[in-house]
Amino acid sequence: MSPARETRTRKTSKTTEAPKTAKTPRASKSVRKSGKGASADRPGAAHRRDLLHAMLRIRRFEERCVELYSAAKIRGFVHLYIGEEAVAVGVNEALTADDAVVSTYREHGHALARGIPAEAVMAEMYGRTTGCSGGRGGSMHLFDANRRFYGGNAIVAGGIPLAAGLALADRMRGQPRVTCCFFGDGAFAEGEFHETANLAALWHLPLLLVCENNRYAMGTALERHEAQTDLALRAASYGMVSWAVDGMDAEAVETAAHRAAGGIRAGAGPHFLELRTYRFRAHSMYDPDRYRDKAEIERWKAQDPIERLTDRMRERGELDDKEPAEAERRIGDEVDQAVEAAEQAPEESSESLLRHVTSTPAEVS
Amino acid sequence: MAEFTMPSLGADMDEGTLQEWLVRPGERVRRGDPVAVVETAKSTIEVECFETGTVGELLVEPGRTVPVGTPLALIETEPREPEKPRRKPPRGRKPKATPPPEAIPPPLPEPAPAGVQESPVAPPPEERPQHEAVPLVRRLARERGVDLETLHGSGLHGRISRSDVRRAAARQPRARITPLARRLAGELGVDLSTVSGTGRYGAVRADDVRKAAAGPATALVSDRAEPARTAAEPARTADDRAAAMRRTIASLMARSKRDIPHYYLSTTVDMAAAMGWLREHNRRGPVGERVLPAALLLKAAALAVREVPALNGFWTEDHFTEGDGVHLGVAVSLRGGGLVAPALRDADTLALPQLMARLKDLVTRAREGRLRGSEVSDPTITVTNLGDQGVESVLGVIYPPQVALIGFGRVVDRPCAVDGLLGVRPTVTATLSADHRATDGAIGARCLTAVDRLLQHPEEL
Amino acid sequence: MGPGRTDERKTTYREALREGLREAMRSDDRVFLMGEDVGRYGGCFGVSLGLLEEFGPERVRDTPLSESAFVGAGIGAALAGMRPIVEIMTVNFSLLALDQILNNAATLLHMSGGQLPVPLVIRMTTGAGRQLAAQHSHSLEGWYAHIPGIRVIAPATLEDARHMLAPALADPDPVLIFEHGVLYNASGELGPPAAAVDLDHAAVRRSGTDISLITYGGSLPKALMAADELAVDGISAEVVDLRTLRPLDGGTIAASVARTHRAVVVDEAWRTGSLAAEVSARIAEGSFYELDAPVERVCSAECPMPYARRLEEAALPQVTDIVAAAHRAVD
Repeated sequence: MSPARETRTRKTSKTTEAPKTAKTPRASKSVRKSGKGASADRPGAAHRRDLLHAMLRIRRFEERCVELYSAAKIRGFVHLYIGEEAVAVGVNEALTADDAVVSTYREHGHALARGIPAEAVMAEMYGRTTGCSGGRGGSMHLFDANRRFYGGNAIVAGGIPLAAGLALADRMRGQPRVTCCFFGDGAFAEGEFHETANLAALWHLPLLLVCENNRYAMGTALERHEAQTDLALRAASYGMVSWAVDGMDAEAVETAAHRAAGGIRAGAGPHFLELRTYRFRAHSMYDPDRYRDKAEIERWKAQDPIERLTDRMRERGELDDKEPAEAERRIGDEVDQAVEAAEQAPEESSESLLRHVTSTPAEVS
Repeated sequence: MAEFTMPSLGADMDEGTLQEWLVRPGERVRRGDPVAVVETAKSTIEVECFETGTVGELLVEPGRTVPVGTPLALIETEPREPEKPRRKPPRGRKPKATPPPEAIPPPLPEPAPAGVQESPVAPPPEERPQHEAVPLVRRLARERGVDLETLHGSGLHGRISRSDVRRAAARQPRARITPLARRLAGELGVDLSTVSGTGRYGAVRADDVRKAAAGPATALVSDRAEPARTAAEPARTADDRAAAMRRTIASLMARSKRDIPHYYLSTTVDMAAAMGWLREHNRRGPVGERVLPAALLLKAAALAVREVPALNGFWTEDHFTEGDGVHLGVAVSLRGGGLVAPALRDADTLALPQLMARLKDLVTRAREGRLRGSEVSDPTITVTNLGDQGVESVLGVIYPPQVALIGFGRVVDRPCAVDGLLGVRPTVTATLSADHRATDGAIGARCLTAVDRLLQHPEEL
Repeated sequence: MGPGRTDERKTTYREALREGLREAMRSDDRVFLMGEDVGRYGGCFGVSLGLLEEFGPERVRDTPLSESAFVGAGIGAALAGMRPIVEIMTVNFSLLALDQILNNAATLLHMSGGQLPVPLVIRMTTGAGRQLAAQHSHSLEGWYAHIPGIRVIAPATLEDARHMLAPALADPDPVLIFEHGVLYNASGELGPPAAAVDLDHAAVRRSGTDISLITYGGSLPKALMAADELAVDGISAEVVDLRTLRPLDGGTIAASVARTHRAVVVDEAWRTGSLAAEVSARIAEGSFYELDAPVERVCSAECPMPYARRLEEAALPQVTDIVAAAHRAVD
């Protein structure tokens, strides 16, 4: 396994927003496929508009979830992504349809950005047969095998080893694909992250580790759960290329993701991105927010990724006054339709309860 | 050192026979443990001791009959737990102020051979053992299979409490029968209460049931009888078996008298025609095919019951279920004591010679202990004929869950008015004991009338 | 490490497992083996000795001591179309990967509404008897048999060791294979594969009429020895090898109890909450009216497995315990 040793020789230095590895190749355009993933090649304004609308779509979808949860249409744990949209949208720009995504229980944004229809996601929240997991998963377990979206893992860090396996399969078969694994800062305290970071670096796996550092493991602040809070630095210690990035800036996220994915496709092994972000709402639907200051929340809200991009585009004259309303209307219609469809969708018969426990029908046991 | 004495198990009890020791010298006993089996004029009862300690010398050998109060054994006592003061009044001696109504069975002879029982003198009601209990307690006792007659209440005025019943239920070892054995017994028609277990803790196992089905059966009353209380301790000797049967009968008959509101009817039947026909019949046929009057009576009873099906069946769970045919339970007294009432299946369809042959076979096998299980469990009504014991009439106790019993006394010549003329004719007293829950007297009367009518036309029987 | 092959027809359980692995890797290039020391070392118990040389380091992968990571990686690779065989050294270590086995492998298919089957095979050593004390000796397969969504098998014979892997790999769902440590050296002649090398049915290893000894894995040889002893006492014991611990083949159990009407369940795990408890409960539920004696269980003492030989022997089900239990049921 000589490539592993190669990776380890890449010593990293600590800088905040710059690549930690000088040798990291720039995102190689040649390996990118056409389609959605090629957006970075398009002229800036139109692309920024796409990013903005993608974030807005996630935001409005989740705001509707809050209403529906309050109306008891949606139950269970629902973890909102509001405030972190730039991460999902930005990273997704670097991925192609052949790549794989492994996510967490705060994954509505990842799923929608990945292209899972809002209707399928909403129906899943409703627990209906038309949901993207057939109603068996709910908010925390969105799946779409066709889009290579592997969940929706509600065990902190539990999806990371699995992502390494997806990457391992690609590596063993020589397929130039990337497996992108999202997880939070809380996963840094879990052994599964460290075991997998080591394994991925050792085996040179085509794995993009995306740490959404929203500064809280549920209610425990980063400083209260990590001795060393520079996560990118720690990831680099495994011999991985690592950066820390402003996670409230969709364009910055996209740029970093492109670089990382490019490096992976070029055979440089696993890459790690720490995306510094913030959730504006509670850990799960509602919480008393005893663990953080109102002032802190307001400070971060001033960094709202949607507003930041909107402002930037306005400054550049890339957004006329009518357009936001137009986009809002379109997104509003889509969400309405998703809710309407979920309301109408059939519920799975309880007779099907034991379907899919095993692939072969009806376990004897 | 304390004495364990022959207890008084009823005000009418002056003496008792020590039947069996359940303990040995040196054995530890606790207050409430059964230590001996005592037979009284009416029943066999496991008696408990009231001391905790070690059994010393046994003063009386099994089989001996001694007066109440006679020391039976010595028990080396230990200091009694202070929190348990003995408040229990001396048992049986102290008359109770108000006897519970159901404690007073009508003093009626029972359908047992006269020789078996001592004089069936009914006790004065106010001196019966205390078993006053509220309905809730009665229900609990029913559920747990505890015979209240055997209990002595620890409550005020000897009132039986629920905990008395629970304690009694705990003392009463439930018959250990394996599930397979129980299933097989049902399939083979074996009465489990009569099967001795050879398994651990005396459990009745499949092989025991198979052997019982194939080989000689012992005491067979009815598989609806409550399991013998000593089922855990397999009956090994003939005496033990007899004792077990006695206890089974005791329990069953007590239950009958407790649960079944009996009513009784009787009529005297002119047997001139029947006896005449019988003489003719027996003179013509070979000796081996002779028919006894009992067969005629049974056939008449069977046909009468067919006419009045409300008497032919079972009362269970507050409703009557008609039998699937007329299977007469024929009471047969056993030489060693006790009685069984195996079924003469479909007696109403048997021709007389056939019925006679079956009856002989049945009685022979019953006395040899070779009954088949189904014969024991099947009767839909019992017929008891004490004619050969010399009595004129019998008012029997119904076998639960049957609802009626027909009794016949001796065929005896009596002065009898026929068509206005006084003559001497052979007569028999036919009686009916019936369950008032299932039928009323009018129905019972129809049955006895039918018996009378049928016996006037013996050729049609 | 592996015993020499002096007799061509003789083989060991270990060699039979290895042959199964070799055959699987030769016939399907999606199959690969990974685990701690499966490559250069040849496997902690020598099962994979020689496979690295034949198949190379890509397909015989030594892993770091990261049970959760490499089991999870096996799940991911299976999701992506590979047919991984993951070896975990012992069942005690598998607890470090329990999150992956339970929360992912067993769950993904159902949680995804049927989209994500996980065709993964995990092998591990189980059981005591080698004086390995309290962290290498336990029999936790019953815990795994508790989990819907996975199949749990326990080859106890040379034939099963040799032939159960292929159907396990063909299963679209996760299969956990428990290899009892004392069986690795078991030797004998490898017969042809059993009539049906399926993973659905228990096997009656010896027919009898008086009592069923129901067991699996490392306790099978003990049960067979007990049956021999019982035969001397005139008791005809039937020996049922469960083979598959989940899903349990209730039919074979019930059929055996229907023949013998008595059962002794022999399970090296602790008695409380054990597979033996499950089997007993099944018998009580489904065969109650066949029972002519209470079901007996012979299990390990309820203590961590001690090191000292005398203590370990005392803790484990022994042939004499099985014989005594059978006598209790029959006599």
